[in-house]
Amino acid sequence: MEYEVVIGLEVHAELSTKSKIYCSCTTEFGGEENTHCCPICTGMPGVLPVLNKNVVEYAVKAGLATNCTIAEFSKQDRKNYFYPDLPKAYQTSQYDLPLCKEGYIDIEVEGEKKRIGITRIHIEEDAGKLMHDEWETGTLVDYNRCGVPLIEIVSEPDIRSAEEAKAYVENLKAILEYIEVSDCKMQEGSLRADVNLSVRPKGQKEFGTRTEMKNLNSFRSIVRAVEAETQRQINEIESGGVVVQETRRWDDNKGVSYAMRSKEEAHDYRYFPEPDLVPIVLEKEWIEKVKEALPELPDARRKRYIAEFGLPEYDAGILTSSKRLADFFEEAVSKNSNTKAVSNWIMGDLMRILKEKNLEVDQIPFPAEYLANLIGLIDKGTISGTIAKKVFEKMFDSGKDPQVIVKEEGLEVVSDEGALVEVVKKILESNPQSVADYKSGKEKAFGFLVGQAMKETRGKANPQLINKILKEELEK
Amino acid sequence: MKVTKETIEHVANLARLNLTEQEKEKLTTEMEDIISYVDKLNELDTSGVSPTAHVIPIKNVFREDEAKASYDREKILANAPSTENGCFKVPKVVE
Repeated sequence: MEYEVVIGLEVHAELSTKSKIYCSCTTEFGGEENTHCCPICTGMPGVLPVLNKNVVEYAVKAGLATNCTIAEFSKQDRKNYFYPDLPKAYQTSQYDLPLCKEGYIDIEVEGEKKRIGITRIHIEEDAGKLMHDEWETGTLVDYNRCGVPLIEIVSEPDIRSAEEAKAYVENLKAILEYIEVSDCKMQEGSLRADVNLSVRPKGQKEFGTRTEMKNLNSFRSIVRAVEAETQRQINEIESGGVVVQETRRWDDNKGVSYAMRSKEEAHDYRYFPEPDLVPIVLEKEWIEKVKEALPELPDARRKRYIAEFGLPEYDAGILTSSKRLADFFEEAVSKNSNTKAVSNWIMGDLMRILKEKNLEVDQIPFPAEYLANLIGLIDKGTISGTIAKKVFEKMFDSGKDPQVIVKEEGLEVVSDEGALVEVVKKILESNPQSVADYKSGKEKAFGFLVGQAMKETRGKANPQLINKILKEELEK
Repeated sequence: MKVTKETIEHVANLARLNLTEQEKEKLTTEMEDIISYVDKLNELDTSGVSPTAHVIPIKNVFREDEAKASYDREKILANAPSTENGCFKVPKVVE
């Protein structure tokens, strides 16, 4: 039987405010255990939480950027559960009146555009960190992250494949980065996704029973978890079993998921309005002002790159997929108008090296201007394309301006004809067999001799000149 | 509204309360009384009244986003029954 997978995602993004959601402890990542804590975020009795103004503004920005309706009246609620990652035995969240609802974003998979609905976006506090494995006798708790503001973005069950899930999270991440409300560092857990997934026979209208997989914090784990869970549910059904509604934990190392707890009972959260926090009432004019102040979003920027720089749609899509990358591109283009070359260097060598070195765009050790300088050196004929690639690698090692590197290491193209004639003569002398081969009509030998001459000059010789001199010398 | 012993057990479990059989029976009756009492509210026509979000009529109490010094870790951990390596220590929990 053919099956269809139905996916809804809950994406949690930590907001990049300076202080926590209800107290003035720092939101900085890391730090010694339990040093970013106070009586409010550790849930001591008798304290009064006060909502951080920027949390509301950032969440509203996220809502506006994802085409949501912003609630003019919103409130916060207590979600009750016992687990030591939250010291209060409840999480302050939003239940029936979230800040934003009914939005959407557009994604594109294999050339097909699709609209994914967003059910709601609400604000809540992050939980602390539990360390289970190293200590046999108990669980250790670090509350530094407790109270860091989060938005939870809940999608409609509109997603139909792992690729769509990935594209959705990628687009969402790009939007949040563009509007600068979250740094979206997945490796630090500041962007993570829960996957709700069910399968049904193709053509069936009703949804199957769904499972939830929590805290997937890389694109790779999202894709793998979706693929594995889809297959697991299909196998379950095919072998005559039923899918049980439950929460599962994805083990990315082993590539399998485990049942965590039965959802029915664990999700009896007994929400009630948070008595310590008062309703949030937003004026239409204020919402309008926030909307007007939104920066250019990825989609608009992509379209602009196509129109303004004449880039192919694919290239424009890649360059604008991350704000930092797009900023880097524009910075370089402002110093060197060879747009196509800048785009090619970024999409080719830059992306490759970032991947190899496992670096983020903001960790590039030199300014975008240096890439512009490098391209300038090639365009002026100061260095060859081959040498440029080497210089680029060196820029990553030292962070130096390519102009400096080229000078320091003497990498300029050698166009001094007299010097190159000497090089060619030397090569011809030491390769009599190749010379003989060439003279007997073997064209291949010529290429070999060019290669030897380039090698002799460590790639610095002007290749056109080498060709010319070599021909002349062989004709003699 | 009828409250069953199962409802009491379920709620007690959610609140992590261990109840004796006697307590369960007592609470079943008491809970039923309480709910019947509150049920009186249903006699009122509230169709034009919006649900109460907060008992005090105030709104928009915010603080500026400023990070200030946190507490010393010793103070934060001072009341914890058990600590280790600068962390709170709790009975082993694995879901």
